[in-house]
Amino acid sequence: MGLLSLAIWTPIFFGVILLALGRDDQARSVRWIALIGAIVSFLVTLPLYGGFEIGTSAMQFVEKASWIARFNVNYHLGVDGISLWFVLLTAFINVVVIIASWESITSRVNQYMAAFLILSGLMIGVFAALDGMLFYVFFEATLIPMYLIIGVWGGPRKIYAAFKFFLYTLLGSLLMLIALIFLYVKSGGSFDLAVWYKLPLGATAQTLLFFAFLAAFAVKVPMWPVHTWLPDVHVEAPTGGSAVLAAIMLKLGAYGFLRFSLPIAPDAAREWAGLMIALSLIAVIYVGLVAMVQRDMKKLVAYSSVAHMGFVTLGFFIFNDIGVSGGIVQMIAHGFVSAAMFLCIGVLYDRVHSREIASYGGVVNTMPKFTAFALLFAMANCGLPATAGFVGEWMVILGAVKFNFWIGAAAASALIFGAAYTLWMFKRVYLGPVANDDVKGLADINSREFLMLALLAIAVLFMGIYPKPFTDVMDSSVIDLLKHVAASKLQ
Amino acid sequence: MIDKLSWLSVYPEIVLLVMACVIALVDLGVKSPQRTLTYVLTLLTLAAVAALEAVYAVKGNTFYGFGNMVVSDPMGNWLKCFASIAMMVTLVYGRGYAADRDMLRGGELFTLGMFALLGIFVMISGNNFLVLYMGLELMTLSSYALVALRRDNATATEAAMKYFVLSAMASGFLLYGLSMMYGATGSLDVNEVYRAIASRQVNHQVLVFGLVFIVAGLAFKLGAVPFHMWLPDVYQGAPTAITLLIGAAPQFAAFAICIRLLVQGLLPLAIDWQQMLALMAIGSLLVGNLAAVAQTNLKRMLAFSTISQMGFLLLALLAAVVPGRPLNAEYAYGAAMFYAITYVLTTLAVFGIILLLARAGHESEEITDLAGLNQRSPLFAGVMAISMFSLAGVPPVVGFYAKLGVLQALVSSQQTSYIVLAVFAVLMSLVGAFYYLRIVKVMYFDAPNVGMPTAIVAPADARVVLSINGALVLLLGVMPGGLMTLCQQAIASVVKSLGT
Repeated sequence: MGLLSLAIWTPIFFGVILLALGRDDQARSVRWIALIGAIVSFLVTLPLYGGFEIGTSAMQFVEKASWIARFNVNYHLGVDGISLWFVLLTAFINVVVIIASWESITSRVNQYMAAFLILSGLMIGVFAALDGMLFYVFFEATLIPMYLIIGVWGGPRKIYAAFKFFLYTLLGSLLMLIALIFLYVKSGGSFDLAVWYKLPLGATAQTLLFFAFLAAFAVKVPMWPVHTWLPDVHVEAPTGGSAVLAAIMLKLGAYGFLRFSLPIAPDAAREWAGLMIALSLIAVIYVGLVAMVQRDMKKLVAYSSVAHMGFVTLGFFIFNDIGVSGGIVQMIAHGFVSAAMFLCIGVLYDRVHSREIASYGGVVNTMPKFTAFALLFAMANCGLPATAGFVGEWMVILGAVKFNFWIGAAAASALIFGAAYTLWMFKRVYLGPVANDDVKGLADINSREFLMLALLAIAVLFMGIYPKPFTDVMDSSVIDLLKHVAASKLQ
Repeated sequence: MIDKLSWLSVYPEIVLLVMACVIALVDLGVKSPQRTLTYVLTLLTLAAVAALEAVYAVKGNTFYGFGNMVVSDPMGNWLKCFASIAMMVTLVYGRGYAADRDMLRGGELFTLGMFALLGIFVMISGNNFLVLYMGLELMTLSSYALVALRRDNATATEAAMKYFVLSAMASGFLLYGLSMMYGATGSLDVNEVYRAIASRQVNHQVLVFGLVFIVAGLAFKLGAVPFHMWLPDVYQGAPTAITLLIGAAPQFAAFAICIRLLVQGLLPLAIDWQQMLALMAIGSLLVGNLAAVAQTNLKRMLAFSTISQMGFLLLALLAAVVPGRPLNAEYAYGAAMFYAITYVLTTLAVFGIILLLARAGHESEEITDLAGLNQRSPLFAGVMAISMFSLAGVPPVVGFYAKLGVLQALVSSQQTSYIVLAVFAVLMSLVGAFYYLRIVKVMYFDAPNVGMPTAIVAPADARVVLSINGALVLLLGVMPGGLMTLCQQAIASVVKSLGT
């Protein structure tokens, strides 16, 4: 069994074991098995980085076996510089999320933990799949555990949120399914991505394909104006669900642009780049403003996710290497930062059971350790230099200025909004005098919470100070991708 | 002179017939209220027949018997094998339910079930209009009696009456259409009719006139719009065990008779009947999915879901004959066969759970009866959830690949109208996802109803079979390749034998 298969199936294996064995009266051992499973799953992804060969755009750790002979679908896995970090990120976030849910989840613990473990395996599958149908199966399968996570352990309007999440994303991906089958037929019976990359396609076909993929990926990212499901879902999802959703699931959509839209329909991508840039800028600026007026912390972070993902799509569609690399770096950074932001909200929510900004004030007085972490993550969310948030946004803005000064300027101005809503929230929640008795009675974070926040803090700082391991890996893949996109595929 | 090959071609049917009679006699002496001896003997017979058919199927020979009246080919053998397994599973799930409802005073459930299966077998292996019709009547007559098995229950009796009247009319349609075909071509032999039509010597108008009646009769049996009216009432009214009995194994027969009549007999008229199927498919997808959303009764919802699933199956049948793409017939009919098999597999699991949740005096057929099932039994809830995702067509469950096959057949026709149909089907399956997800929601997100017993008592045999059934729905989703290849090869041998 190859390394990628291990990375996919180890967490799923542990998840199935938990489903089969765990009961609520053994919640303690269930948690430990889940944690061990998550750590083992993370450890098996490390050799991927260690063995990764920098300086080539070829797929590495390739595994290929026939899966469904009738449709010529292959179990075809591999990673390149674009996808490598997401495999590790997914496994890492999974460990953090399991630690985060240690005490807050008390009912049906085994199903909860199993859902996260299985979900993490499926998401790694999405990043590693090199076969269109395999990608789709993983991509869609992630909906099932997430649907259950939101619906079973979510907030008061969890049912509305769970249905909205499932149906919204399903609509997008069903159109993609038709596109995949169309490509299968056009290519003479192959789901292999490499074959599709070389397949010449007419202008109309490319445009239709581009929009079918857009329907799937734009909903997932989410881009303005199909972002409306995200705030609803984030608010209702349990903390762990929000963290995984923001950190990894949104990336599945952005990753889809790089794997499908750009290389398969490059001419359409170039033709419609203007539209994509416009949508991204609206997300960055308008949604940034929307974030500013939120009263609910989770909603605020959800809107800020939409704005940050706007940077990602902006970076992709300006078609220069620094922009695309910046977009990918921003995806990874946002994975750490948004997870951290949601976990911070979770820490407060576990104690006070409110997400309203107005219920807090002066938390720093009672929870100094926690506030230090929260400050770091808030700064990263604004994109302060030396934090992870800075690198990606800076690269995207640089790329945008190269492409067109005014687009760059507009994107740069959005940094101010980002700083504004994050810092304003930080001020209202953490600073000032103690606002009420709830805050007065707060206990500072325990060692478990310290551990999980520290893990993320290290990642955020490391990536901000020394981003080279991240950018080095992706360079040649990105350059190759851009070369491919620059060449016309028109017949 | 009847040759050896003829006997060989109907050997499993003979075993089934003889054993059905023997078991009917043996049952007279059975005293046990659970009819244990009858039950065991029936299961053994069905297992033997299924094994026999599997042996035939693996050999993969096609041969005709009794002057081309019946055919034994891999497609038929596999379908018969799966039909008897489906009947076995139905009886395993249904026995406790039937015993609780005073339906096991005699052994009719088992003997009539076996005769219904015999009808299914005859429908699957018939190669002659009259033989096919005879099989159909044998199957439906047994079903009427089964639906009316609870004769003191008003809804069941009403359902039986509706079923009988409407079904008899549909049979009349079918028979009328077949007689038109006979009048036009001068033969009742399926292959003979094919050759006669292909020779273009026959008046096309007469053929299409007969065809309309045949398609209407078949559509009724499938439950396709606009001939679907009986389905929700019968599904809801019949005792659940019988609902499963007429909803599972007979689907194989319905699929097979479509292949025998429309493909092997009337393929030269495909351009005509494909249009009819297209209209019915659109109607079924639309009515089935939209009406299912409004249901509160689980069995009724599943009836509408069946209608929409049949719409999908029709889509596969109609994508076959496309100018310039000879391979599409194999793809399309193979996809339809795969669809039928996976649909039956999933239906068995769903109704199995409804049957096992029902207790004496409580039917458990409202959607709200499933509330909090996950807390009462994670196993049942898990199997039900997997089945719902399968019916909704979400990967990685087997229903997805069934839909994938159908969509692929449509798109690979490279006709714009078919691609539009594919998009329509996909949008409708989004509506479908809503009501299937609602079941998952009720089981997982809602709290159990007050007064529901926490423990679920189910016989061990049913529990084991249900676990296997659920596991298969999931495992075939992870590894669908084998079954797909099986369907493809079975259909390939049918396509090869066209007009011979």
